[in-house]
Amino acid sequence: MHVGVAWFLVVSAALFGIGLYGVFTRRSPIILLLSVEIMLNASNLALISFGRYWGDQAGQVFALVVMAVAASEVVVGLGLVVAMARRRADLDVDSLRGLKN
Amino acid sequence: MTYDVVFVVASALAILSALGVVLSSNPFHSALSLIGNLVALAAMYLLLQSDFLAAAQVIVYAGAVMIMFLFVIAYLGGRANEPVRSRPWWQTLAALAAAVAVVVEIGFAVEEQTFGDGAHVSDLFGAPQAIAASFLGRYVLTFEATSVLLLIAAVGGVTLAARRPAPREGGVVGVFEIERPEPTPSLQAEVVDAETRFDVVRARSAPDKETEG
Repeated sequence: MHVGVAWFLVVSAALFGIGLYGVFTRRSPIILLLSVEIMLNASNLALISFGRYWGDQAGQVFALVVMAVAASEVVVGLGLVVAMARRRADLDVDSLRGLKN
Repeated sequence: MTYDVVFVVASALAILSALGVVLSSNPFHSALSLIGNLVALAAMYLLLQSDFLAAAQVIVYAGAVMIMFLFVIAYLGGRANEPVRSRPWWQTLAALAAAVAVVVEIGFAVEEQTFGDGAHVSDLFGAPQAIAASFLGRYVLTFEATSVLLLIAAVGGVTLAARRPAPREGGVVGVFEIERPEPTPSLQAEVVDAETRFDVVRARSAPDKETEG
């Protein structure tokens, strides 16, 4: 067996699928954020694999930017969770329907 | 050979810990599993000669971001647990189908391609100085945009999670027993309002309808 870029892409796809399943099935906003982190990391792995395959630094630069975006998203998401908890709201994404109508 | 063994171990660890994140009912266990996932991914980055990215992954992700998660989970306590309510079986089935469909599609797309051995790169590939040269050279606009994004996120996080200022009490307060005059509620509300731009809790004796706005 020779481990080439294809294997890394398959692992990345598997991680992305697992994260997608988590986003679809879980209700707690914290677990949702964790699942989104898995998906972002899967995309990072694909970016870095392709960067290595083509011998181009741009993939790694983009992966760093994705890391910064993920950190920002976590900050805002956790801020929302804390604000919800402080207002005694139910920590359940299915019950957050204030903006629906 | 060693390369293959490290790849198999790291990818198995990454997938198993990702499953642990999604399937565990305790959010604390989920967060700890995600740390394992991130460290395994850092090992895979090392296999791809991305040394700096691997270090940043461990320090920024497995360190800083996950500590933030753990703090919030500890702050919420039991309320962080999954709400217990049954959900129709077809929703889980549909989620599983969607996830499997994505994996199968990407798998076929990868299968169709024939990948070579990859480019030959120098030892400097992925080293901090090479990343810095790209980031501050060709991609400097991206760098600046990222810094603005982080600033916005920091301000947003503080604004979202900030505590509303409490009304000031009169009488003898504090460790040093400072005597404070009874505050004039309207004036105090105006001052705090102007200072913070938050909704202000006004005096209890004069309920004001406009505070909840």
